[in-house]
Amino acid sequence: MKRFLGTCAMISAIALAGCGGGAQEQNTSSKSLEGRIAIDGSSTVYPISEAVTEEFRAEHPRVRVTIGISGTGGGFKKFTTGGTDISDASRPIKGKEHQKAVENGIEYIELPVAFDGLSVVVNPKNDFVDHLSTEELHRIWQPGSAVRTWRDVRAEWPDHPIKLYGPGTDSGTFDYFTEAINGKAQACRSDFTASEDDNVLVAGVAGDIDALGFFGFAYYIENKDRLRVVPIDGGRGPVAPSTRTINDGSYSPLSRPLFIYVAKAGLEKPQVKAFVDFYLANAAALAGEVGYVALPSRAYDLDRQRVAQRVTGSVFSGKNTVGLDIAELLALE
Amino acid sequence: MNALSGDSPGLQRRRRMDRAFRVLCTTMAWTSVLILAILLLDIIRNGTQWLDLQFLQSFSSRFAHKAGIYAALVGSVWLVGLTAVMAIPVGVATAVYLEEYSPKNRLSRFIEVNIANLAGVPSIVYGMLGLAIFVRAFGFGHSILAGAATLSLLILPVIIIASREAIRAVPQSLRHGSYALGATQWQTIRAHVLPVATPGIITGVILSLSRAIGETAPLVIVGAATYVAFLPEGPLDNFTALPIQIFNWAARPQPDFHDLAAAGIIVLLAVLFVMNGTAALIRFRTQRNRPW
Repeated sequence: MKRFLGTCAMISAIALAGCGGGAQEQNTSSKSLEGRIAIDGSSTVYPISEAVTEEFRAEHPRVRVTIGISGTGGGFKKFTTGGTDISDASRPIKGKEHQKAVENGIEYIELPVAFDGLSVVVNPKNDFVDHLSTEELHRIWQPGSAVRTWRDVRAEWPDHPIKLYGPGTDSGTFDYFTEAINGKAQACRSDFTASEDDNVLVAGVAGDIDALGFFGFAYYIENKDRLRVVPIDGGRGPVAPSTRTINDGSYSPLSRPLFIYVAKAGLEKPQVKAFVDFYLANAAALAGEVGYVALPSRAYDLDRQRVAQRVTGSVFSGKNTVGLDIAELLALE
Repeated sequence: MNALSGDSPGLQRRRRMDRAFRVLCTTMAWTSVLILAILLLDIIRNGTQWLDLQFLQSFSSRFAHKAGIYAALVGSVWLVGLTAVMAIPVGVATAVYLEEYSPKNRLSRFIEVNIANLAGVPSIVYGMLGLAIFVRAFGFGHSILAGAATLSLLILPVIIIASREAIRAVPQSLRHGSYALGATQWQTIRAHVLPVATPGIITGVILSLSRAIGETAPLVIVGAATYVAFLPEGPLDNFTALPIQIFNWAARPQPDFHDLAAAGIIVLLAVLFVMNGTAALIRFRTQRNRPW
């Protein structure tokens, strides 16, 4: 049964990839492509890059692609010293990292490739939490928060202790959540159960009726029956994360863009250029398949434009990107 | 009543203590066996359904049913092979020097203390060392060679200590007999000391190589990749290894991949089993050839 379902998924994936269009244009002429592509960076973006590589390999079996998981920061460390062609990033490049790239003469092109919707979840047996506002989330998670029980959050809720679960402080997910909710990356109360392994958080919330946790959308989708997702009110009424609400921007402010950064010098290598084209043509379909959400199609067009015109530098860096429309940002250039 | 029946209260208490200690030790021993058995059963239950030829011959994939461990398995074999080639000669030679040649002075004691301490250094520290020296300074890049060199450093202390124990256990009379017949020190070591010490040395080597094949942290630092869909063509190629692949699968959201990780663990255990089996065989052969 598993295999059958898997086969179905595969067939639909191939069909989807076929719809991508761009993929097919090059497939006869470039069988001869070879060489290496070095990718490293965020573990969050990894599943997308892996999926793209897998499909790319079907067309260019002789191109040797390696993908590492050093984290967004670790990936940039290698990228800005010229060690990799492409860097996976779950946040925009930082000013310091950009500085390093400039010093080393590395020019890069910044390409958003998908959305992730940070999902706030509770135990399915918890029946009183109908939604949470960002202000309530802030009161729960702010540094030195006095919230100890659910009643501290909203007066009509029961007097049960609230048990908090979240990703480890090294993760980009934690950075983004704290920036979106508490206004400053890394600013957060410290008395919660933290784990770098999101599966531990899923198990924790699924087994604890008083739990409240947050992590990437993919982990919620894969464990839908063991968790209940909480609609978030960011000022325009409660919205639950879903493929649609993340894609159209209404699930705000907890939707975040995921990036790849491509070295301009790397684009001179035909295999890297082909790979990036392939990536942008298929990211929408493949991101959905691995638990993320596609960007609006206009964003991929703008991405392609940036590659074609070799637009270097970052439009996201140093900006508070929380709740911003991605196409608007890209159009700024 | 009388001395012979031995029922004085003191003796009774000592006997009780004796029995209690025996029971305690037995329970402890079986508890660890039980825990191991539960772990293995759990892994085998989850993993066996995924274990087939396709699993062994495929590269990693985002679809659990298409994913395989080929690149990681071959990477690990390369890694352990290169590590053995580098670490064994250096380790055994160092042990021979320390036991047979080095004068017993302050310097040799200093070296001994250092080696003993190095055996306890956390593996991640070796990873940092490997990154600075092999990857950067020597320019090996994120290659199998850099990984193997790092692992060699990591297991050298263990090989040296085990080999020294084995060499020290060779009876002094054997050496004296050899010298008495006019053999040089080299002839004595080659023909008498090393053959007799081989079983002990092999045990140390296998234990340390078994540790090397399970190491993840130093490899991650040295720059082993997670997704590699090709086989290494030489020692300077990029690579991935079994523990890295297993860790990556275990961290994914889809439950199927957790079972896949279990299947990967079975493969890792099988490789370990083959290595230990080979060692047992060599030990058996060499022990049979002992001159006495």
